Amino acid sequence: MVKPTRVTNDIRAHREAAGMTQAELARRLGVTRQTLIAIEQGRYSPSLELAFQIAREFARGLDDVFHYPQESSS
Amino acid sequence: MVYQERNTWAGLIVTLIAMTAYVIALLRALGEQPASEIEWWPMMAWTIGISIVAAIAVSIVWGILAGMRDPDGAGRSDDRDRDIARMGDRVGQAFLVIAGLGVIVLCAVRAEPFWVAHTMFFGFAVSALVGGVAQVVAYRRGLV
Repeated sequence: MVKPTRVTNDIRAHREAAGMTQAELARRLGVTRQTLIAIEQGRYSPSLELAFQIAREFARGLDDVFHYPQESSS
Repeated sequence: MVYQERNTWAGLIVTLIAMTAYVIALLRALGEQPASEIEWWPMMAWTIGISIVAAIAVSIVWGILAGMRDPDGAGRSDDRDRDIARMGDRVGQAFLVIAGLGVIVLCAVRAEPFWVAHTMFFGFAVSALVGGVAQVVAYRRGLV
């Protein structure tokens, strides 16, 4: 059973806003299109370095592209 | 399907076919003579050799066919492929350890080489199969 990640991302929205295809963004990042699809769908957590590269492609900060839910204070 | 996933599938399919053929041949031999008299070594060596060559051949042919459809991604691998390969190795390694411990026990009780060799041989096979299945599942379902 694959443990689901709590990290979510807005890569698809940023990519579409930038007018980029999955193939184009994957090529710029140096990954396969399948890897980019897996990241967009939350089926693969990228390394920190790749996450920074993705955010940089959209000229955004890491927090603008990747999100992690706040712990509820109790 | 990416390059490394194709290689994983090729290894899985070839291992499954080779091991099935080997088990059938071995069971036939065991039906005719006791384990200590079976000439198992040539059969095992051929199975290992043919499996390696067949897995490479299937990967190459599959790669050529895939490359004709998608020339850009024909031979590329990335972080995700390496992460999935590492996870598959880790999963499969457990069975190698079990087989290794089995070999130590068999040696301690002075078992015949037939049983020692086959414990290790099937350890390798199960390790490859389980590790391969884990990798395929990770490619299809995700690795997070």
